[in-house]
Formats: sequence, structure tokens, C-alpha cells
Amino acid sequence: MKLEAKNLKFRYGQGERMILEGFSLEADSSERVGLVAPSGVGKTTLCKILSGYLQPEEGEVLLEGRPLSSYKGYCPVQMIWQQPELAVNPRMRMRDVLAEGDQVDPEIPEKLGIEKDWLNRFPAELSGGELQRFCIARALGRGTKFLLADEISTMLDLITQSQIWNFLIEETTRRGIGLIAVSHSQGLLEAVCTRQVRLKEEREHHHHHHHGHHHHEHSHHHRELQE
Amino acid sequence: MKRKTKSNRRTRVLLGLTLSLVFLAAVCIAGCLCTEAARTADFGRKNLSPCFPYLFGTDWMGRDMFARTLKGMSISILLGVLASVISALISLLLGIASATLGKRADQLITWVIDLIMGIPHMLLLLLVSVALGKGLKGIVIGVALTHWPSLARLIRAEVMQLRESPYIKVAQKLGKGRWYLVKTHILPHLVPQFLVGMILIFPHAILHESSITFLGFGLSSEQPAIGVILSEAMKHLVTGKWWLALFPGLMLVGTVVLFYVAGESLRKLLDPGSVHE
Repeated sequence: MKLEAKNLKFRYGQGERMILEGFSLEADSSERVGLVAPSGVGKTTLCKILSGYLQPEEGEVLLEGRPLSSYKGYCPVQMIWQQPELAVNPRMRMRDVLAEGDQVDPEIPEKLGIEKDWLNRFPAELSGGELQRFCIARALGRGTKFLLADEISTMLDLITQSQIWNFLIEETTRRGIGLIAVSHSQGLLEAVCTRQVRLKEEREHHHHHHHGHHHHEHSHHHRELQE
Repeated sequence: MKRKTKSNRRTRVLLGLTLSLVFLAAVCIAGCLCTEAARTADFGRKNLSPCFPYLFGTDWMGRDMFARTLKGMSISILLGVLASVISALISLLLGIASATLGKRADQLITWVIDLIMGIPHMLLLLLVSVALGKGLKGIVIGVALTHWPSLARLIRAEVMQLRESPYIKVAQKLGKGRWYLVKTHILPHLVPQFLVGMILIFPHAILHESSITFLGFGLSSEQPAIGVILSEAMKHLVTGKWWLALFPGLMLVGTVVLFYVAGESLRKLLDPGSVHE
């Protein structure tokens, strides 16, 4: 299964700074693509466009050749937000938060280190890292084909980070879910991803190769993770 | 040790809520029971200042002011509760509809809100009340139909802000429908606004009831509504009969405060952040 972004152009309102211009990306569900970029270049915006939260001004996002917006109901491209405390309803118990996902396999929370006792709590009673595990589990429902991870591990300690990324690598590989990970930490993406794309350079590349080639064919940051 | 003080605070809030509800219910029931006593005139005991059998004194017709106040308060509470509940429900429905049913619905509802807010409350209230044949029914419907716009506007803004929150967007992407979003994500968040709004309508409802009664378009003057009692007392205040206005007035203030306490306690109990207070 393929997720394609074609010639995306985006800004927040007329007359605002152009955040994305002529951005293209193609990712296969067998891949783990890392997006590297410094702060403030629109990584989160790009994630929101790729997962259908925002509509680009120009260009389109296609999943298996069909526009992502034409998928009704459960969206096959799920995004995990950078701030888990905003992504869960503060008035819902964690059990119900988890139940919002698409029949999440009960083994997933277990593998993510979610303790049974947490299920009865409200979000305010858990730490950011604990909440993030719930958000990851919720996004891994049955219908998920692509997973977008937007700086999901910045609030975690190193041990938890590696535990969660190892789980994500194993789970996405096993189920054939494509992973697109965003981070400013190149070291992390090198360890996790099969290929990397630089967001800033992507724009410059675009001017050199104006017609239709996909970025990874030109990428200087193409890396294979040896497993 | 710490645990104990925490549970105590929650218990105290619960206690405040129960006490005020019990008191309000007691006033209502007592008022309904002393309908006769409130009506009996006895010129042998007229103009008594507060003393033992007549705690609130008697008026110029020798009617027991305590019974009249209770009766008046129970009429006002019932009327206020009915009007503010209906009014708050209208605001909730229209506020949510305005924020979730698209641009057209929003424009229409905002227009109606502006329209009703543009007409002076009293004028609209008079028209509705007279059109519906005065009396209790006319006032309740009149107050309910005129007091919803400001709360509706508040709820609309609240829902619009909520709709932008990431967790609702996530739920949409998880394939949840509009009704699910309203029911599980939006409504629970509106409970505090809804309650506080309803409580704020309550004193308005009583004040408007008494003013249109005073003008002769509301409850008939033989019913001892608190508005009737107060406007009658105004005539006798200059002759030194302070008790005619003081006790019913205090009762009115007390009732409004208790409603506020009840609402605040409920809000605190419903707020998940206060579970451990």
C-alpha cells in the first residue's frame, strides 16, 4: 500500500508565510520513513496534511491512488500527536479513551507497558509518557495502514523511548503498517527508520527536479537500517 | 492524614449541595401546605411587628407574613426553576446546533439570538405573557423564551472552541460520528456552563416575574408571589412597617444564594480535576 503526497502547498490563511511549497513524498507500507527538520519548518503541519487533519491549498494526498479525503469513517492514516495531554479528553477515563480506537488488540496496551490500574484513571492522573502510550495504542486499531509519529517520544526517558520504538518497529513490520516518523533528532531516526527525508532540502530539491520524480530517488540521506 | 482531609473537602461540598437542596425543597413543600394560612385575613391582628406566633409579623389585613413569604417563595422557586430549566435547555440545544450543523444553521441561530437580545426583555416578556393569557403559564413561557440567548451564545462559543481541540479531531479520524462526538466529548464539557448559566437565569426569572406582576401583566395580585408581596410592602415601608419588606427580601436573597451554592457544589463535584480535592 502506498501513501503519496503530490506537490503539496500550504499556508495558514491568505497572505501568510508559505509553510510547504511543492512538497512531494511517497511512502510504502513496508517502509519506515524518517522526516528530519529543525523546529519551525512545518513538520507538524505536514503530518496533519498527510493524515487528513488539514487540506493542502494545492496538491493532494493519495492512499492507494485514492484521495485520502475520500475514505469515510475510520481513517487508515493515523497520526500520533506530539502533546498527548491535548489528544485525550480530560473528562474521559483512560479505558474509554482506549476504546475509541478501532478494536485495538488487547495485547497492544500490554506490550506498551500500560498497567491495568491506569485504565480507571483520568488523564490528569497520568504522566505525559504514560498518556502517550495510550495514544499510540489507540492509533493502532484494526483499520490503521499508516502511522504518523510526530515527535512522539520527546517527553520520554531513554529506556521508555527504546521500549516504545522497539514495539512500534515490531508491530508495524508484523502488520505491514507504514510508519512515518518525525523528529529533530537524527540519531533516533537513524536507529528507527529505513529511509530519511530532509524537509528543508525537499523544498530546494524541488526547484532542481521540477518534474515528477519522487524524492527518495534523489535523497542524500537514504539509509537502510540493518536488522 | 492527608487522605482524610481530601475526602473531607469532597464530603463538605456534597453536604452543602444536599443541605441547600433540602432547604429549597422544604420551602417549596411548606409553601404548598400553608396556602390557606397565607390567605386568611384577620383584622384583629393587623400590623403586628415580628413576635412569637407571627415570626415575620402581619400586614395591614392581618395576614401572617411568615406563611405568605413561604407561599410566595415556593411559587417563585417553582416558577424560577421551571423557567430557567426550559430556558437553559433551549440555549443548550440551539448553542450546540449552531456550532455543529454548519454555516447556514449558525447564521440563522445567531440572527435569532441577536434579534431577541435586541428587543428589551420586559417588552418581549409582556407580549408573550399577555399572548398566552397571563398567569403562571404565561410568565414561565415568557421568561423561558426571553432568557436563553446569552447562554446560547456562550455555549455556541464553547462548542466552537471544543471542536478545534485535538482530541475531538482525533475522534473524528477514528471514524466517530457527529452524534457520538456531541454525546461523549461535547456535552460533558458543557455541564458546568450549563449549570452556572441556569443558576444565573434563576434570579432574573424571579425578578422579571415580580416586575411584570407589579405592572399587572403577570400573576394576579391575590396570589402571594414574592413580587406581589414586595411591591405591596413598598407602599407601607414609609409608615415604618419594615418587616413587610425585610423578611421576604431576605428570603429571596437567601434562596438565590442557596441556588448558587447548589450549582457551585455540583460543578465542583463534576469536575474531574477535583476528584482528589
